[in-house]
Amino acid sequence: MKNFSIILKRFLLNKGSAFGGIFLLIIIIGAIFAPLIAPYNWNEVDTGPRLAPPSWDFLFGTDIHGRDVFSRIVYGARYSLSVGVISVLFGIVAGSIFGITIAYIGGRVDIIGSRVIDVMFGFPSFLLSLLVVAIIGVGLWNVVFAVGLASIPHFARIIRSAALQVKEQPYIEACVNMGFGKIRIMFNHILPNIFPIIIVIATMDLGGAIISIASLSFLGLGAQPPEPEWGAMLSSGREYMRYAPWTMIYPGLFLFLTVMSVNLLGDRLSIALDARQSVDKGKV
Amino acid sequence: MNFFIKKLLIVIPTLYIAWTVVFVTLNIIPGDPVNLMLGGRPASDEVRENVRKNLGLDKPVFERYTSFLINATKGDLGKSYLTRQPVTTMIKENMMPTIELSIGGLIFGVFFGVFFGIFAGTKPNSMRDTFSMIIALCGISLPSFWIGMMLIYIFGTTLGWVPIVGEGFVSLILPSITVGLFFAGGMARLTRSSLVDVLNQDYIRTARSKGISKYRIVLRHSLRNAMIPPVTLLGIQFGLLITGAVITEEVFARPGLGQLLLQAILAKDIPLVQALVVYMTAVYIFLNLIVDFTYGIIDPRIRLERNRG
Repeated sequence: MKNFSIILKRFLLNKGSAFGGIFLLIIIIGAIFAPLIAPYNWNEVDTGPRLAPPSWDFLFGTDIHGRDVFSRIVYGARYSLSVGVISVLFGIVAGSIFGITIAYIGGRVDIIGSRVIDVMFGFPSFLLSLLVVAIIGVGLWNVVFAVGLASIPHFARIIRSAALQVKEQPYIEACVNMGFGKIRIMFNHILPNIFPIIIVIATMDLGGAIISIASLSFLGLGAQPPEPEWGAMLSSGREYMRYAPWTMIYPGLFLFLTVMSVNLLGDRLSIALDARQSVDKGKV
Repeated sequence: MNFFIKKLLIVIPTLYIAWTVVFVTLNIIPGDPVNLMLGGRPASDEVRENVRKNLGLDKPVFERYTSFLINATKGDLGKSYLTRQPVTTMIKENMMPTIELSIGGLIFGVFFGVFFGIFAGTKPNSMRDTFSMIIALCGISLPSFWIGMMLIYIFGTTLGWVPIVGEGFVSLILPSITVGLFFAGGMARLTRSSLVDVLNQDYIRTARSKGISKYRIVLRHSLRNAMIPPVTLLGIQFGLLITGAVITEEVFARPGLGQLLLQAILAKDIPLVQALVVYMTAVYIFLNLIVDFTYGIIDPRIRLERNRG
């Protein structure tokens, strides 16, 4: 408990992680209470004049269909953040199962499993996502799946090596001697011990996943209009950039700040994890 | 055995498996490619059968797979469904703009990354450290398609400093920044932390006590040791050049392999997607191989160890 309070204190005292945490909290609250916060319907055509510049009535202006950009951004938070989280969750769950299993069983399974990871690493991950989209087709959820799938080798490799270390610990040997089943040892005893690492790598990956999904939507492979996903909003705002820059500036700004907040949290989490390790070793 | 030969021997099976994966996955795509080629026009069964034969789709999958592999080693990756051109010709025609863009992005990324990394790392926890690291954080957090558009808007449309379209060096500046920004951010962060580690080593203290100037310590004694992690990162991030090509070419309306790949995916032009993925994967693996080799140049200890092993 004492360790935990040290970590929490370090975490809260840092300006960066405090900024990241507060901004993310605002975005999450905005996404949950979108109907209360957004002044207009996100998909109502001709809410105001078309391509109107930002004003008190339309905080971030309006787009080509006269829709309120601010309202669309608020609703878009529901998409952009949640799709990132879902894709990382998918990647990390699959990566954990794969990594822990091959590490624990070992022997030939581990060798073959590691080779599979190596080969998947042979593909640049964005190319892998594109390939998956080429196979399963265009759409927001397909892109979420594709980005998650492409992150599996990275997760699996780190989790495998973490699990290999835990596997050698005396308490795992004790579990084996007590006759626990393999599944029970893997997921009740190894998994909790590498959980902090899992949390950290998942957070560090989240920003990249959000950008990848938004990028694919921007390219027209993910979210389709009129969905207010930020990447897709940027893609349609792009045509009117000259006359109505606000249709592309604000969605991108929110995307950028969200990713930056996530990255700040990830950075601090990994420092905190290092700190926990040094606390464990009695260095602090 | 020689380290280089050993490395090359690992590359070949990796490439082979990668090609197989690409072939298998792309051949399970639902939908008849013949329909695609005919562009939805009605056609008699005879015409369909002819097209099918032309594409070699009448043969069983396994035969197609072996001929794909055999032809691939000869440098023939098939013909595009849509343009009927050999895909290798299409790749060659679109290659140069992408290579230019990648080199531009790499130069920008490495230069600014290493610069800010040294700027921050030589004086940790100072104002300039914080400043540099905030910039680096922005670099890794900025969505490239957005920053590309913002650059066009600010420097092209509003200020009119650089032409938005056109050829030549000037038109390469904004796209290179767009591609290189993420590199620069990652490089700066890693160079900084690695340099901070090295500067705390005993041999640096020795160098300092010998009265060697600060610049000499950083440039001659520390940087070489500090560059191993950033160079590794560079290898991992070569894949970003592909991301960069696809997105930046789209944003700046530049021709290139990225555009070709995107169009091929949207049109489900399987041979072209297949060839591009194989080609890009091969380049990616090859570039990583070069990175592996440069370790030995940077760090003589690694070279010695390799020669022994």
